[in-house]
Amino acid sequence: MKNFTYYRPTTVEQAVALLDNKWGPVELLAGGTDLHDLQKEYIAQPDKVVSLNGIRGLSGIKASGSAITIGANTKLADIAENSAVRKHLPGLAEAASQVGGPQIRNMGTLGGNLCQRNRCWYFRDEHVPCLLRGGEKCLAINGENRYHACFTDSYACVMVHPSTLAPVLIALAAKATVQGPKGKREIELSRFFQAPAKADEREHVLAANEIVLSVSIPIGSKNASYEVRHKQSYDWPLVQAAAAFDLKGGKASNVRIVLGHVAPVPLLAGDAAKALEGQPVNEETAAEAGKAAIKGAKPLSQTGYKLQLVQVAVKRAILTAAGAKKYWQV
Amino acid sequence: MRKIHVHAQINGLPTDFLCEPRQSLLEVLRDELRLTGAKEGCNNGNCGACNVLLDGRLVNACCVLAVEIEGRTVETVEGMATPQGLHPLQRCFMQDAALQCGICTPGFLVAAKALLDRFPHPSEQQVRHYLAGNLCRCTGYDKIVRAVMDAAESSS
Repeated sequence: MKNFTYYRPTTVEQAVALLDNKWGPVELLAGGTDLHDLQKEYIAQPDKVVSLNGIRGLSGIKASGSAITIGANTKLADIAENSAVRKHLPGLAEAASQVGGPQIRNMGTLGGNLCQRNRCWYFRDEHVPCLLRGGEKCLAINGENRYHACFTDSYACVMVHPSTLAPVLIALAAKATVQGPKGKREIELSRFFQAPAKADEREHVLAANEIVLSVSIPIGSKNASYEVRHKQSYDWPLVQAAAAFDLKGGKASNVRIVLGHVAPVPLLAGDAAKALEGQPVNEETAAEAGKAAIKGAKPLSQTGYKLQLVQVAVKRAILTAAGAKKYWQV
Repeated sequence: MRKIHVHAQINGLPTDFLCEPRQSLLEVLRDELRLTGAKEGCNNGNCGACNVLLDGRLVNACCVLAVEIEGRTVETVEGMATPQGLHPLQRCFMQDAALQCGICTPGFLVAAKALLDRFPHPSEQQVRHYLAGNLCRCTGYDKIVRAVMDAAESSS
């Protein structure tokens, strides 16, 4: 790891002032589970590391009558175990409880989960000229791409966004509060992510001198997250689906379905939501929504298998959100 | 790079050390403080061989900067046994032969302690869920899970 100067500010203003206006020379440290890995591989080589762990008030979970607000520096383990989150946002609790192993959840934070870099093996290999590190083209498009996107339209880089909290938060219409040199602003999570296409772009839309303070999540909807993985624990999903909707008189309304690990951004599945809107929730309608979710997919040479997984994940997320019996669990 | 002075409680003892910003807690434990119980396996958060408790919570020492532990408490595998004898987990790991080469054992012991500290009577599923961040390439886990279950039973 390249050495760096370590800063430990005690206020958000001090931390923002230490940041650079372009990506690279300075990195923020929260849990460090992603950052130190990137540093050890020489993918990130910051001159300065600014720790957020000396700032009070950046962590904690507050529940009000209409929303739950989670500080950006809150550990994933605390989100997974919080009683208000488990009661009102079971999809978020499920996603947080499935990240990595206990060690990762004890260090990893909400803000870090949203701002982490992607897991593409070309991006993470310092010896190959990945597009996101100044290379000419994305090496996964015609390379080894079995864990990459199956929705590939117009994306210059075909990695999949790694956050499993993001799809749930987008389905729940959450908003992030961020702070930069000019003060605070709010960003809807559905507008928080972007598909990066060059070295000075990240997987999100924040400026290099902005910090996520908290995420606020409206409560009241039925919600769930379902991940398809190789392994039951400690694995990245192959495909994830998050679902949120209101259930009145047995019928679903305000349906939002978001797919994870299928595109460089968490993907709002509008056709799937439309298919379920106004319908009673049962295996048949959930399966129809699953079918609609793969409209527009253009898999790579090795990601065709994900289309079946998307349909299953969407169906199971919807049924779980509605409280249906999990017939797939024995 | 100028070294930074860090003060922390390590296995109950007030401890001071100097480190570079880039040094991990694992490097400092092993190379500076000579606490070599925590092992370096993968050095990237996959294997759990470097597990320690930081303020009572299970973490990978390889993924924590040593400068970040200023003022905090660290427990390593060296802190598990007392002058009166081995920790019940250590005894059960021996009785159940829950190890072969032993490299992963300190990490498993610390992870299992973190589990039993919070859930003294875990289900087998809970044990497997909480040990998911630890890799063993010899025994195949069954004996390890059994040893943890036995330790939970023996301390009831």
